[in-house]
Amino acid sequence: MNRTARSKLGRWLVSGPPVLYLLVFFAAPALIMVLASFRTPGDFGGLAPLVEDGRLDLNLESYTRFFTESVYAQIFVKSVWYALLTTLFCLLLAYPLAALIAGSAKKHRDLLLLLVILPFWSNFLIRVYAWMIILGPNAALARTVNGVLGWFGHDPVPLLFSSFAVLVCLVYVHLPFMVLPLYANLEKHDRALLDAAQDLGAGAWQRFWRITFPLSLPGVYAGAALVFIPALGIFAIPDILGGPEDSMIGNVIKQQFLETRDWPFGSVLSIVLTVAALVLAGTAAWVGRSSLGTPSSTKAVRA
Amino acid sequence: MALLEIQNVTRRFGDFTAVDGVSIDIEAGEFFTLLGPSGCGKTTLLRMIAGFDLPDGGRIVLNGQDLADRAPEERPVRTVFQSYALFPHMTVEGNIAFPLQMAKTPAAAIPGKVAEALEDVRLTGFGKRYPHELSGGQKQRVAIGRALVTHPAVLLLDEPLAALDAKLREEMQIELINLQKEVGITFVYVTHDQTEALALSHRIAVMNNGRVEQIDEPSRIYSFPTSRFVADFIGTCNLLEGPIVANSGGIVTIDVDRLGQVRVAAPAPSAALVAGTIALRPEKIRVQAAAVPSAAADSPDNHFRGTVTEYLYLGDVTVYMVTTPEGRKLETLLANSGAGRTKFFEVGDAVELRWPAEAGHFIGRSGAGR
Amino acid sequence: MRRRPIGLWTAALGGYAFLYVPLLIVVVYSFNDSRLNAEWVGFTFDWYDKLFHNQDMLVAAGNSLLIGLTASAVATVLGTMAGLAMYRYQARLLSILVLAPIAIPEILMGVSLLIFFVLLNLTLGLISVALAHIAFCIGFVAIVVRSRLAGMDESLTEAARDCGASPFNAFRYITLPLIMPGVIAGALMAFTLSIDDFVITFFTAGAGTVTLPLQIYSMIKIAVTPEVNAVSTLLMLLTLALIIVASKLSPSLLGADEEKT
Repeated sequence: MNRTARSKLGRWLVSGPPVLYLLVFFAAPALIMVLASFRTPGDFGGLAPLVEDGRLDLNLESYTRFFTESVYAQIFVKSVWYALLTTLFCLLLAYPLAALIAGSAKKHRDLLLLLVILPFWSNFLIRVYAWMIILGPNAALARTVNGVLGWFGHDPVPLLFSSFAVLVCLVYVHLPFMVLPLYANLEKHDRALLDAAQDLGAGAWQRFWRITFPLSLPGVYAGAALVFIPALGIFAIPDILGGPEDSMIGNVIKQQFLETRDWPFGSVLSIVLTVAALVLAGTAAWVGRSSLGTPSSTKAVRA
Repeated sequence: MALLEIQNVTRRFGDFTAVDGVSIDIEAGEFFTLLGPSGCGKTTLLRMIAGFDLPDGGRIVLNGQDLADRAPEERPVRTVFQSYALFPHMTVEGNIAFPLQMAKTPAAAIPGKVAEALEDVRLTGFGKRYPHELSGGQKQRVAIGRALVTHPAVLLLDEPLAALDAKLREEMQIELINLQKEVGITFVYVTHDQTEALALSHRIAVMNNGRVEQIDEPSRIYSFPTSRFVADFIGTCNLLEGPIVANSGGIVTIDVDRLGQVRVAAPAPSAALVAGTIALRPEKIRVQAAAVPSAAADSPDNHFRGTVTEYLYLGDVTVYMVTTPEGRKLETLLANSGAGRTKFFEVGDAVELRWPAEAGHFIGRSGAGR
Repeated sequence: MRRRPIGLWTAALGGYAFLYVPLLIVVVYSFNDSRLNAEWVGFTFDWYDKLFHNQDMLVAAGNSLLIGLTASAVATVLGTMAGLAMYRYQARLLSILVLAPIAIPEILMGVSLLIFFVLLNLTLGLISVALAHIAFCIGFVAIVVRSRLAGMDESLTEAARDCGASPFNAFRYITLPLIMPGVIAGALMAFTLSIDDFVITFFTAGAGTVTLPLQIYSMIKIAVTPEVNAVSTLLMLLTLALIIVASKLSPSLLGADEEKT
């Protein structure tokens, strides 16, 4: 066998198995789910047979249902809204953290980063459970807040099983994902730019808003994508911490698949979620590529 | 039949032709150097001999066999990389033993061969060290030892001394010459440093823009460059160009702008040539103070007057730039051999330059020389 | 070091506090001699004791361990191959397939695999969960391995080939030993991800199989006792240890640049 053929074989041997595995256990299920969205629910849940009386049983019923019954669109919009809020608050919290780490001495950075990442590596449910404790009706926080409200003659407000709890936990769980890309970006900033700006008379806020922030935008977009997309599909947090009004699209999907067992409809909802996630990921990638990857002095000067 | 024949080899990268129809014959036991500026194609050619790249056209034949598309591990050719490429997770012994293991040498024989290789590169006793514990020069030697241990037919060296400081480089150059003589293996050496090439090689191929300009022994490359590029690239050279005004009896006379008529010995140049260049090395020009009475006016030597306009003191020699009254600049070189004297001339001194017709080297207009 | 504005310090420290206080509360209350996670009563190991006698919990832990070991082993092998292919051959299709499971919301993988397994008549249980875990762990291992490869000197592989090693031998004797820290880090990470996974396991485990996260979930939904705190604390300690070891082997886990070997 000649050399080109041999190297081609080598290439297939190395990339083949993982490709094969993922085609079978990732791509195929995805395609099957797309197909399922066009099928009819089975009598006992799940999916009805694909071929009924020799004919292919495919229809648009589930899609129609999604677009006509407005409650689902509302839930979807609410999910987007929650995800947006989460992204925003994550940004507000993550920025100082990332800035602090980026500005620290090199030997401290690894430790500081590790400290940010570690909570992420703890079990997801534990992190949700922790907020159950903190926001619990008998815990210190709730009692303090309600105590204060009581002074003003206000009824006690439940902190748990509310939108507030859901949002707090959403931010908590996704915070590290915003810190990392921001840090990676801020770390590359040229200190000299800020020194120059200060020399030219810019105050601290000015320096931040006109130089640091614009240059950090690629990191902001990356972090936003890393937070928004997973947050959109979350179901466990509303499931555990949320009230009946706090269902997100993930909850509905779970319900359709495991309780109602209307799989075609669940598939439709999943596809809507996937499309939204892909569109956002694509936008983030496109925006991230068109703005500069690394900060440049000219852009800062023009700002 | 030469040991290694590069036959009309071409290599293209998109629109760019890195190697353009190069043919070179390398004899067994030679220290052969590919010399040229960055981008001339010498490293690309070396990689094709090693097998890391395949030619788009032409053949590379070793010992009569076309190497064709044989993988690097199937060629009896070894490379010493510019970055040494020592395996960091193995000791010096481990590194040198590796090719033997790959060649399925019986385990019992390996320690002996490794010891031999260490001796050859004068690193006996360093066997248990790791690469990061070695100096640049020592790493260099391990790399060479590893490459030689299986006695390849050809050893390729890709600018191996580039990372060393000047003093160490000189020492390593001498070691390389001795090593090559001892083991007798054919070396193909790549460098952009022409002094290095002149010092080390039996023969040099000067390359430019993917083509070979000249293949010759170092002294002949230096004294008889066959093209302007080679003349200019090797050492410093005064290039005196102009139309041919006389051509007879083995002497060609060229009318050089702002200088005058210059005679150069050139046996039987083609009568069709109308112009040419004289390559004149600075050290071949004799410089005397103008006050000294000059030789007879009808001497066949070239002689001109000029003024010293600049000089460059280099310790062992001094370069004097002399400008003729018409404005032509010539570079001359004088050894500072006078006891107690550091300088012969000052700026502004009037001097006389003379050199015999045989001192220059004639290059015809198209680059065809002697 | 330039003095940073007090506001920045406070905000950043607030951020760290925000990240850690909730977890600390969980740990602290696991030693609390009270059923309610409300206020501190007294110190006790009772909940840990109950934990180790909790049959369901032990079975769930055993399942998690089994799945974790299997999934991380297979994912490491496939992920290393993927990382190698992505780095050497710039394989586009492979990159997309490998990275997509990480980029999309987990629930999508969970439900699509549910449909897939049911249609294949595969009983939902340990095997289905393991297969699912492998799918999303491959990507993480691949990223770590690729990063490690990028930090390695390319000429070393060429030198190995030059010394007579076939591409396979060059990988086996030169590349693999040099990327091994990255491979191990990837394996540890895959194991951690598998042990901790909730969403995908939730959909692919079926009725009869419980892993540790699923057990915790049902305890949270049905009857919260500080046993949950106890198992959470233990799980956190395990994860902490694994990740610290992994990050020493491969700093890229922290987003830092790999050192050139």
